[in-house]
Amino acid sequence: MINITKNKIERLREDFPILSRKINNKQLVYLDNSATTQKPMQVIDAITDYYTNYNSNVHRGLHKLSEEATVKFEESHEKVADFINADFQELIFTKGTTESINLLAYSLSSKLKKGDEILITQMEHHSNLVPWQQIAKSFGFKLNYIKIKNDGTLDLDDIKLSKKTKIVSCVHTSNFLGTINPVKEIGKIAHENNSLFVLDGAQSVPHMPIDVKNIDCDFLAFSSHKMLGPMGIGALYGKKELLEEMEPFNYGGDMILEVRFDDTKFNELPWKFEAGTPNVAGAIGFGASIDYLNKIGMENIKNYSNELTGYALKRLSEIKNLEIYGPLNPEKRGSLISFNLINIHPHDTTSLLDDYGIAVRGGHHCVMPTMKLMGLTGSTRASFYFYNTKEEIDYLAETLEKVKGVFK
Amino acid sequence: MNSLNEGMYMEHILDLYKNPLNFGILENADFKERCFNPSCGDEVEIQAKVNSNKIEDVKFIGKGCAICVASASLLTDNIKNKSLDELNNLTREDMMKLVGIEVGPARMKCITCPLVSLRNGINSFNGGQNARS
Ligand SMILES: Cc1ncc(COP(=O)(O)O)c(C=O)c1O
Repeated sequence: MINITKNKIERLREDFPILSRKINNKQLVYLDNSATTQKPMQVIDAITDYYTNYNSNVHRGLHKLSEEATVKFEESHEKVADFINADFQELIFTKGTTESINLLAYSLSSKLKKGDEILITQMEHHSNLVPWQQIAKSFGFKLNYIKIKNDGTLDLDDIKLSKKTKIVSCVHTSNFLGTINPVKEIGKIAHENNSLFVLDGAQSVPHMPIDVKNIDCDFLAFSSHKMLGPMGIGALYGKKELLEEMEPFNYGGDMILEVRFDDTKFNELPWKFEAGTPNVAGAIGFGASIDYLNKIGMENIKNYSNELTGYALKRLSEIKNLEIYGPLNPEKRGSLISFNLINIHPHDTTSLLDDYGIAVRGGHHCVMPTMKLMGLTGSTRASFYFYNTKEEIDYLAETLEKVKGVFK
Repeated sequence: MNSLNEGMYMEHILDLYKNPLNFGILENADFKERCFNPSCGDEVEIQAKVNSNKIEDVKFIGKGCAICVASASLLTDNIKNKSLDELNNLTREDMMKLVGIEVGPARMKCITCPLVSLRNGINSFNGGQNARS
């Protein structure tokens, strides 16, 4: 493992061709990593290599190409499973976090009874809210929320569980507030109540070491594209004994052992949950992104993220009339900062930053109810990854002053 | 025309953003309709009084970016005494002309949001007969 130093970042940045792009004749400063991260050549090459040299379907051909593709595809499963300390059978490839949570919600719905309760938080991304809300409507479950306190953290005294609470689902790192939730503690509370504990790891898995056994979550969902990998692939981790009891979400090819006209025997884990031809290129790219992250080391990434976020918090809080949302302690937040310039709409801020080559996100960040709760309709969000630098944060801060100048 | 976004933030747009025209509640409005821009969570509600199929008075409320608020200001200021049929034919190009800027796809909704509210309003006033997208 290599410590992340300034020189090291310069070398890492060379692996990302897009980072040398010019926008409006300015150097691109990419600060929209919570939406999706950029891809290193190693990932792009792995995908190209598959399509160029061994493109074929997996798990069905006996020819050489299919054999090579199957080996690589399964290796990727293994890499992603190892990355979060899961067993091979416990890791299912999906389209991403959203599909992982939908799979869970629909599959688990058959285990719940009318009147049962599901507990989530007031800071969920729409993808960890709408699926639960909709199954609750369809099947007569009740959806409850853990409240957010004024400082942007969860009110753990507000966790109201009953015998009927069967599922507790929670975002690990909020994509709007940045809050890193105390998930071990919440999981313990859920388990003491015999509730299943589901974790949305879309913003945490890319930025810190994650060990599902240590956290003791029952399920964990995350997306490849937020951690250097391609879009259209992600994962759902589930404890083996739970996955074994669950009904498949999709039916079709590849998820079966034996099909008769009157019945079907399902395949073993993880394939039972991966019906149809999978996203093989995506899986191989995902595997390559895991290799890349492991080479840097997740502990290093976490430490550097904290440093960068701490620096950004300091620089942004020096700007007058700039309001920051979420916890102010960098140790307690992921590498993203949502903010507003007073009396300047986030769309305007985002458009003007774009003139200077700065890519940030402006809008509701898929947390409309959370925004409403805080009396907001939107915010601007700068989100970082290990290839970002303090110089880029300085540039953001200086440019925000220029944005204010336009509206003065 | 300046290809930078800053080109959109002309003096008159910024003035209208800070001091919008026709902003507020219209008592006894004949129609009130909103447009919701899901990409940013903005909302503009147009409220109007209609007399002999013409807009007699109009106001708007809501939240939006500079482009959206300027667009709502200029739209409401330009439709008084115009017939509903005529207003139903307004296009996004008309809106850009009215506001005096060109916008790309990223900001198109900001400029057309007030127009959508107006159309929805006219539509509901007409009892949903003149439905158009
Ligand atoms: C916290 C969180 N959960 C879920 C998602 C959804 O991820 P995806 O769109 O990759 O399915 C995101 C993406 O923005 C997120 O930030």
